[in-house]
Amino acid sequence: MNMAADTHRDDLASKTGMWLFLFTEMLLFGGLFVVYTVYRYRNPEAFHLAAKELSVFIGTLNTIILLTSSATIAMSITAIQKNNKKLALVLAGITILLGLAFLVNKYFEWGEHIREQIYPGSSVLALRGQGDVLFYGLYFFMTGLHALHIIIGLVFIGIVTGKITRNKITFDNYVLLENSGLYWHLVDMIWIFLFPLFYLIT
Amino acid sequence: MDFSVPAVLPYHIKSRAKMDNEKTHIIPYKTILYVLALLITLTLTSVAVTQIYLGTLTVAIALVIACIKSSFVLRIFMHLKFENKIYILAVVAVVLVLCFVIILTLLDYLYR
Repeated sequence: MNMAADTHRDDLASKTGMWLFLFTEMLLFGGLFVVYTVYRYRNPEAFHLAAKELSVFIGTLNTIILLTSSATIAMSITAIQKNNKKLALVLAGITILLGLAFLVNKYFEWGEHIREQIYPGSSVLALRGQGDVLFYGLYFFMTGLHALHIIIGLVFIGIVTGKITRNKITFDNYVLLENSGLYWHLVDMIWIFLFPLFYLIT
Repeated sequence: MDFSVPAVLPYHIKSRAKMDNEKTHIIPYKTILYVLALLITLTLTSVAVTQIYLGTLTVAIALVIACIKSSFVLRIFMHLKFENKIYILAVVAVVLVLCFVIILTLLDYLYR
């Protein structure tokens, strides 16, 4: 192999690969939305009452936090494209802080439910009937899987931020930052659907 | 057929990648902030609308607003508007597959 092969990079292929991965993520959550739709159709009354118990305020707050974090990571890409390393770092840092704030809210939200003995496998929840068991089972599983994605996204952006610091990501080589942004936006988009389905539609 | 191609390929792709980098579209900060403002407004709208009792219409409105929001995230934040059209085609295909599965599943449950 010659030297050109070692230094070769293909941003278009990296981005396409990321998109293909995102499609599998969409289908993963899409499958869960199908499960939600069917269970809701079969237990309309229980889902209606259970959804009323979720805090619309925390849900709305977390939605705004995630939307803002999506904007900051998008602006971070703009900053690196304009060769403004400092601003790119600050914006990526804000994104990480907002992601952490989302998780903290989630912690208090889940903590409240668990204190009321509402969690998958709880005997108190079982007494409330099959519909509630299904609603909260889906609620904990889907928001939990989403929170796991947030954690992965935070690690991803954290690594990318380190690379910006060490000049491994620069104004003419930033596809990794773009890919971490794509992942973060997807996680944001999944929340855009989770929020109305669990918090708003009662 | 032509064995000289693999040796040439890396240079060829490299120069093309460079060309792609040169014509990169940069989204202005302002655009991103406008979209953010719009997304937050839509979120608050969907919260307000669902607090009023509109029956089954509530579900439809909340989901339509969610779809509008994600289309902005996809087109601006995820840069689809400025990418090769093949990406949009692929996203649409995935969404259609999902819709197809949901419709098929519902047909099964509604008419069994």
